[in-house]
Amino acid sequence: MTIENERAHLLKALRKNVRYDGRKTDEYRPIEILYNISKNAEGSASIKLGDTQVLAGVKFEIDKPFSDTPDEGILMVNVELSPMASPEFESGPPDNWSIELARVVDRGIRESKVVDFKDLCITPGEKVWMVNVDIVALNDSGNLLDACSLAAIAAIKNALFPEIVDGNIDYHKKSKKGLKLKDIPLSVTVHKVGEFYIVDPLSEEEKLTNARLTVATKKDGTICALQKGECATLNEKDIEAMVDLATSKAEELRKLL
Amino acid sequence: MMAYTKRIDGRDFKELRPMEAKVGVIPRADGSAYFKIGGTAAYAAVYGPRTSFPRFLQNPKSGVLRCTYTMMPFSGAGDRVRPGPNRRSKEISMVTEKALIPVLDLEDFPNSVIDVFISLPETDAGSRCAGITAAALALADAGIPMKDFVSAVALGRVDDKLVVDLCYDEEAYEGGPVADIPIAMTQRSKEITLLQMDGEISKKDLLKLVELAKDATDKIHEKQVSALKEKFLREGFKNDN
Repeated sequence: MTIENERAHLLKALRKNVRYDGRKTDEYRPIEILYNISKNAEGSASIKLGDTQVLAGVKFEIDKPFSDTPDEGILMVNVELSPMASPEFESGPPDNWSIELARVVDRGIRESKVVDFKDLCITPGEKVWMVNVDIVALNDSGNLLDACSLAAIAAIKNALFPEIVDGNIDYHKKSKKGLKLKDIPLSVTVHKVGEFYIVDPLSEEEKLTNARLTVATKKDGTICALQKGECATLNEKDIEAMVDLATSKAEELRKLL
Repeated sequence: MMAYTKRIDGRDFKELRPMEAKVGVIPRADGSAYFKIGGTAAYAAVYGPRTSFPRFLQNPKSGVLRCTYTMMPFSGAGDRVRPGPNRRSKEISMVTEKALIPVLDLEDFPNSVIDVFISLPETDAGSRCAGITAAALALADAGIPMKDFVSAVALGRVDDKLVVDLCYDEEAYEGGPVADIPIAMTQRSKEITLLQMDGEISKKDLLKLVELAKDATDKIHEKQVSALKEKFLREGFKNDN
């Protein structure tokens, strides 16, 4: 019952086009991007969406390729929902939410084909680069989905390969070569609350959402990954409106990277 | 063999690396802090006092301080650090608790736990000390009553020299013997709450280093105090609990 009351309260505000913190429905909180937040990562970034903050770092390793793709490198995305970020997070192995976050971020990057996996091959069938993208939530005040995806792409953009000396990585020597990105895929999550579509929800808004749709798009507007979340249904009209909003917001976010 | 005449990063032998301290960096937490010294940075977040779970941890006579030390996966100088606890992080979490408990009155919080999460985005030696320094700041920011403050730093010996705040390249120095001694100290009473050592050192040098630790932790404490003052100047004294 309380959830219903809270939702009614939020909807009342949204009908006046005001959110709990005064924003409009399609407005992000102030965004702050910092690069090189860890000198030991080959690439790193911090993203703040208002009070929400996540850190991302890229570590390169040399690994054996998968047998079905002997001439392609490996990308791994992992999200740590550190209990420091929210009283609701607990220590322990990754839960469903952190796995969903990691997989949505991963697909947004992988399916956009912006990373050339063949370019990550060192010796076909034997040695390839493994690109580990680790994202750590520092403070969850809502919209970890978009914060994590922004942080991942910012850290990847910032990354430089380490040098290989006698077949091994010398982490003290960064090369000048980065991951050649052909595009910048960006994920925007649109939340449906009642009849409204909102972006960048606060924690308080996030728990009242009826349905969400994460849309990853490229510069030209091509959609490269989707994820629907929560229990309410969506129809074609919803999807069209949500994709349109996500695409135009992604364009804005892309200018910040 | 040449003696250690000049520090690898050009500092004086008793000089700390540049420091940065800030509190209130994690708004969801009851108290939080960021402390950076050279290439080692630590975040600390305090939650509590809150009811402790699992229930068997509840103690009707006293509260519990639970510290959790974590290196972020991309924080190490070498390979990726695999997420999840390991022997090293568990030991550091435990000695961190012992380093902070002496300044707390845990009897005031029966059946409760004070959780302190410490997480490091980058490390260049002295990470447990940076974590303890950040944790003490976060506890103060959370308004947990403290009888004294705690600051920590690693001191040691590189070949024939006694040094303050070793960096990684000094810990790994190969031109002579090395000792690495993390020390945490209470501010006013100068009692030692953390003492560990790897390497070799004479009793005489050890005692000299304990003496040097007083000065070094004083300088760290100044940084901690100015971070707390800075927050109150920035935000005023909010009573939002």
